[in-house]
Amino acid sequence: MLKIKDLHASVEGKPILNGINLEVKTGEVHAIMGPNGSGKSTLASVIAGKEEYEVTKGEIILENEDIEELSAEERAHNGIFLSFQYPIEIPGVSVTNFIKTAINETRKAKGLGDMPAKDMLKMIREKSELLEIDRKFLSRSLNEGFSGGEKKRNEVFQMAMLEPKLAILDETDSGLDIDALRIVANGVNKLKSKDNAVIVITHYQRLLEYIVPDVVHVLYEGRIVKSGGKELAHELEEKGYDWIKEEVNA
Amino acid sequence: MSKYTEDDLREELKTKEYEYGFYTDIKSETFPVGLNEDVVRAISMKKEEPQWMTDWRLEAFRVWQEMEEPEWANVHYEKPDFQNISYYSAPNSKPKYDSLDEVDPELLATFAKLGISLDEQKKLSGVAMDVVVDSVSVATTFKKTLGEKGIIFCPISEAIREYPELVKKYLGTIVPQKDNFYAALNAAVFSDGSFCYIPKGVKCPMELSTYFRINQAGTGQFERTLVIADEGSYVSYLEGCTAPSRDENQLHAAVVELIALDDAEIKYSTVQNWYPGNAEGKGGVFNFVTKRGLCEKNAKISWTQVETGSAVTWKYPSCILKGDNSIGEFYSIAVTNNYQQADTGTKMIHLGNNTKSTIISKGISAGKSHNSYRGLVQVSPRAQNARNFSQCDSLLMGNDCGAHTFPYIEVKNKTAQVEHEATTSKIGEDQLFYCNQRGIDTEKAIALIVNGFSKEVLNNLPMEFAVEAQKLLEISLEGSVG
Repeated sequence: MLKIKDLHASVEGKPILNGINLEVKTGEVHAIMGPNGSGKSTLASVIAGKEEYEVTKGEIILENEDIEELSAEERAHNGIFLSFQYPIEIPGVSVTNFIKTAINETRKAKGLGDMPAKDMLKMIREKSELLEIDRKFLSRSLNEGFSGGEKKRNEVFQMAMLEPKLAILDETDSGLDIDALRIVANGVNKLKSKDNAVIVITHYQRLLEYIVPDVVHVLYEGRIVKSGGKELAHELEEKGYDWIKEEVNA
Repeated sequence: MSKYTEDDLREELKTKEYEYGFYTDIKSETFPVGLNEDVVRAISMKKEEPQWMTDWRLEAFRVWQEMEEPEWANVHYEKPDFQNISYYSAPNSKPKYDSLDEVDPELLATFAKLGISLDEQKKLSGVAMDVVVDSVSVATTFKKTLGEKGIIFCPISEAIREYPELVKKYLGTIVPQKDNFYAALNAAVFSDGSFCYIPKGVKCPMELSTYFRINQAGTGQFERTLVIADEGSYVSYLEGCTAPSRDENQLHAAVVELIALDDAEIKYSTVQNWYPGNAEGKGGVFNFVTKRGLCEKNAKISWTQVETGSAVTWKYPSCILKGDNSIGEFYSIAVTNNYQQADTGTKMIHLGNNTKSTIISKGISAGKSHNSYRGLVQVSPRAQNARNFSQCDSLLMGNDCGAHTFPYIEVKNKTAQVEHEATTSKIGEDQLFYCNQRGIDTEKAIALIVNGFSKEVLNNLPMEFAVEAQKLLEISLEGSVG
């Protein structure tokens, strides 16, 4: 599904990613862990196509297509979804209106007409039930006054509605209490299938108790320095990141 | 946006100067440039006005001559030369084009985006029309329905002739001739406008919008509107049009007076989309408007405006809350892009007891434009328990525009409750990236954010108009980011 080859990227001239190689196959869950400042969120933004990040070298290939030249919205239309670490607020625009716009814009890009209101309603009902979302929540302004948990749940709700091929969850666990974490993780698990893939970016191991990864990567100084199975996450939880740094610097 | 530049305008004004001899040709369609008592008399004569009206105009003209153009607004422009303007031009001048094919395709594209019907497109762009059965019959039906209820709705020139008592009683009572420089000018030279009277206890059965839009697309330079809602009546009045108006007059100075007698309610909505000048800030309409309403006991006046056009806007629709328990409301969206300047807001004058006012102002600035809110909340010493809530929000796009807020609060009674809230925000890269990531392109994302920002005001517009206004906001801000 996703192939990243020798990816280098910088922001404002400062190199952040220094040669990432990553392959995520359909049906897989990959976790990317690493200490603060190792480039995890940058990697997510670069895959999603944020303009401020300049790719200086390397390739990002989604389903055999090099997406380097595509804009962020085109990448979204191609099935990339990023669950933001800090979802932004749009006052006066309801959750429903926002997701409706997102779905219809994506359909438009594919040459389809607007989704009929009836189908939209049905889908909203199904997905909100799946994620235990109160219907009232959907009429509120996007992320305005939302608690940390509500924001993340809203991100996963949008993911459910947009049905992406590749979902990147950027620090989805940050700011969540244990109950909210479980609801969000359950949601992601329900959406996971053999036809899509998930990249979980996290600092801590606790989210991975719920969303169990097939592969765990450790990112350090803009490179993947270690990959392994889910037991690697446990090891990191126990020992911290210092031993990785030592290994790299040795 | 337009090919019509200031130079074209100047050129045209120049040629008009020599087109007609003045005294010999009172029947001509356009007067020569310049303003003096003879011109004022000629306008009055042209309109077949009674002597009292001519005298009223002359009185205004004399006052105007003594007045100075105000300079306190936060706008900068080259002052018009008032002796270089023609003060009368017949509204039903000859069609400019024979078919839509001759009209600027960009203008037609904008019409299409706004969803304006072909017939209306023709009307708005000045194309000769065959008799449009639909609009004629619609208009006739309206007239009949209104007539049955005793509602008077006609050009003000007609009202001066047909209903002199009503006009005499109310004209200039809310905005006196000497109120301000532009109001005085308007009083002296107003060409036409609308008159509306709703009899006691009558609820006007329709938005006066539809009728207005079909019939009065080509309005004049100095409009004068007078709306009287008699005791216990209700009317919703809609002025303007979402379609871009390529008015050739650079200076517009309109006056609107609203009178809401006991227990009456007037809802007055405006969409203003006059030519804002080109992207370099050349040309465009100067819009200096005086709008004011008076509320008697238990009456309510609500102003809603969507201002997207004009190079310079100077406009403060106000309410005098004279009667006890009367209510004034002001809902405004002002958009400025490129080099546009807007200084707009409201005045809420609390005179009666238990009077209430609400001000919701949304300013959106893009390009190199400047957008100012200027508002006055005044509570007189005798007004017990007055309440005001004001909210002024500004949204900035890019780094070269400005948003300014000038709230004036004068409270002379201790029982008053006055609240003022203000916010300034900017459409950020992060907001846009978030939308982009969900498959929404930047242009659509801006429209979404702006509509969300303006929602409280859009919600106050009549339904069909709100949809058009929403599209208009999108079009006005096209290409302003990115």
